[in-house]
Amino acid sequence: MTEFFDAMGQIFTSESTYTIGALFAGFLAFAASGEWVAERAGTLNISVEGMLLSGAFTSAMGYHVTGSTIVAMFAGIAGGLIVASVQAEMSHRLTADQFVVGLTLNILVLGLAAFLDNELEPVTKHAAKWSIPLLKDIPLIGEALFGQRWPFYVLYILLPVTWWIVFRTRWGLEVRSVGENPQSADVSGIDVNKRRRQSIYYAGFTSGLGGWFLIFGQIGVFEDSVVGGRGFIAIAAVIFGGWTLRGTIAGCIVFAGALSFRLSVQGVGYEVNTELLQSLPFIVTLLGMAIFAHRVRPPAALAQPFVRGLK
Amino acid sequence: MTTTARRLGPRISEWLMFYVLSIMVALLLSAILVEATGGDWRPVMNALLDGSLRKPGRWGETLGTAAPMLLVALGTIVSGKAGLINIGQEGQLLVGAAFATYFSFLIGGPGPLNVVLLLIFGAIGGALWAGVAALLKFWRNVPEVLSTLLLVTVGGQLVAYGLSQSWILLAPLADRGNRNQVSEQLADNNRLPHLEIFGNQIPLAVVISIVLAVIVGLVLSRTVWGFRLRMLGRNPRAAQRSGVAQTTYGASALMISGAFAGLAGAAMLAGGGFAFGNYQLVPGFSANIGWAGLLVALVAREKALVAIPVAFIFAGLRTGSSFVGATGVESKITEVIQGFLVLALLIPPAVMFLRDRRRARAVATGTV
Repeated sequence: MTEFFDAMGQIFTSESTYTIGALFAGFLAFAASGEWVAERAGTLNISVEGMLLSGAFTSAMGYHVTGSTIVAMFAGIAGGLIVASVQAEMSHRLTADQFVVGLTLNILVLGLAAFLDNELEPVTKHAAKWSIPLLKDIPLIGEALFGQRWPFYVLYILLPVTWWIVFRTRWGLEVRSVGENPQSADVSGIDVNKRRRQSIYYAGFTSGLGGWFLIFGQIGVFEDSVVGGRGFIAIAAVIFGGWTLRGTIAGCIVFAGALSFRLSVQGVGYEVNTELLQSLPFIVTLLGMAIFAHRVRPPAALAQPFVRGLK
Repeated sequence: MTTTARRLGPRISEWLMFYVLSIMVALLLSAILVEATGGDWRPVMNALLDGSLRKPGRWGETLGTAAPMLLVALGTIVSGKAGLINIGQEGQLLVGAAFATYFSFLIGGPGPLNVVLLLIFGAIGGALWAGVAALLKFWRNVPEVLSTLLLVTVGGQLVAYGLSQSWILLAPLADRGNRNQVSEQLADNNRLPHLEIFGNQIPLAVVISIVLAVIVGLVLSRTVWGFRLRMLGRNPRAAQRSGVAQTTYGASALMISGAFAGLAGAAMLAGGGFAFGNYQLVPGFSANIGWAGLLVALVAREKALVAIPVAFIFAGLRTGSSFVGATGVESKITEVIQGFLVLALLIPPAVMFLRDRRRARAVATGTV
């Protein structure tokens, strides 16, 4: 047992734990922030997994063709938006079931990514590291928050902007209202399904960025398994956080801890069964939701389609 | 009144045209994709037909692949009717197969009896795994959409762990050569028999799944239990008021859907043969059959009998894909075709629904 605590101590005092953790949390936060907006508007958008993968692939292709990380970023956004457009138009214009569409999209994007990756074989490499002077010398977390590759810093813009849009603009107010009471929103002249579509597009935008970050800020190469179910963890983070942005980010950090724990444990040379370790983040996610999901109140119209005149 | 009724009623030719059009668009998109990546779609199409139907012994294989898909789809239909979205069949199937393996070696009864036990334990395993999601849903309010999904990964890892430990599933060293993570092989008399028709090997699971499809269809449409389940799906509040407890009926629907997935896993294990390996459990044994079965249920729009032909078509894409590799086009293209098809098939009913709504409103406001 002392061995165990020694290992734990080593893990929690090493800077690399926090650096890896921040990467995982950052990746989740990209996806979760957009997902949070979509859920506030009333869509439990499970195609976020597909958006991430699509964004990762198109950004890799963008880099492969032009050799520019910036172009790759826009390509990634476009990739996320393509998936978002199918999800949004099919579930909130055509009233197909949002889960059915999302699930099908996830499977389709996975097939497409595998197929196109084998046919086109994009070549990518990491973006440059930017260390922010002074701030990165903060012990333990300085390196993690201010010594990353530059795509990470996009998050510092994205998160406040997301908060500002949702809580300080008319559009944000309307988005929140269609998630709570679409009938009233409709009566007061808000196009409910339009707002919902737009919020899904926002999720596509952030997830596309997330896919781009995954390739250029974290992993460096594209494979069809790069996302590997973490989109679903991002959704869980939103639920874990009780549909607040702060809570969502906290959820990202908690789940990222579980994701990076595996690497950290192996880093200090402590032997734990790989299979059990790999399922740890998912178990932690399930437990996290089991503890918190019934204490929080979801948007009242979450996952309920809106058709005027039908209740 | 009569004219209104006729106007709102189903228009078969319109439906048919819509569906055919959507399928054409899906196939067209796939063909464009193949052409755009430097392939040729005609040989791909031929390979698909050869692999699924035309070459000797292939349609039997397609039927054998369709059987577990159909089983998974039936379970999905049961939970879907109750308004629950179970999308973790892939994990439930694998856990079911693991249960079946574990208990069949633990009990080791006489042949035919053991086959039945194996199937039952498979169903129990799947039901328990779905039961975790049901527990989380009705006790802790965790959406089943997410918990079933996350449990797929957890189930996969747990089974992989079980396969690495000799006290759980790993075969004794003598029986596995130098392979890691394989279970013992089922004995000859523990396997599901195959029927031989026109040189095609057809596992008994095909018969079982079709019989079950008819039973599920009847139970859902003709029994009180089925009616309550549908009521729960259509209007939970009304159902609750008239005495259908969401917890009991919802949880049982979810567990039944897991049981079907588990049964599919056990049937794959005991049916073995061509598509599903060598009567033994390995990591990744579920081979995406769970996902495919889920898609079958979605495309069949929750009708048990419609699921039979749909499962056959999807199984055909799968058995056909093994022939596609020879044409120089990545065989993953079949997954893309499958995805496009499903998406395309979602469109006609949604469009028709919207049109009906619009017409109904026009009639109600007297503008027609």
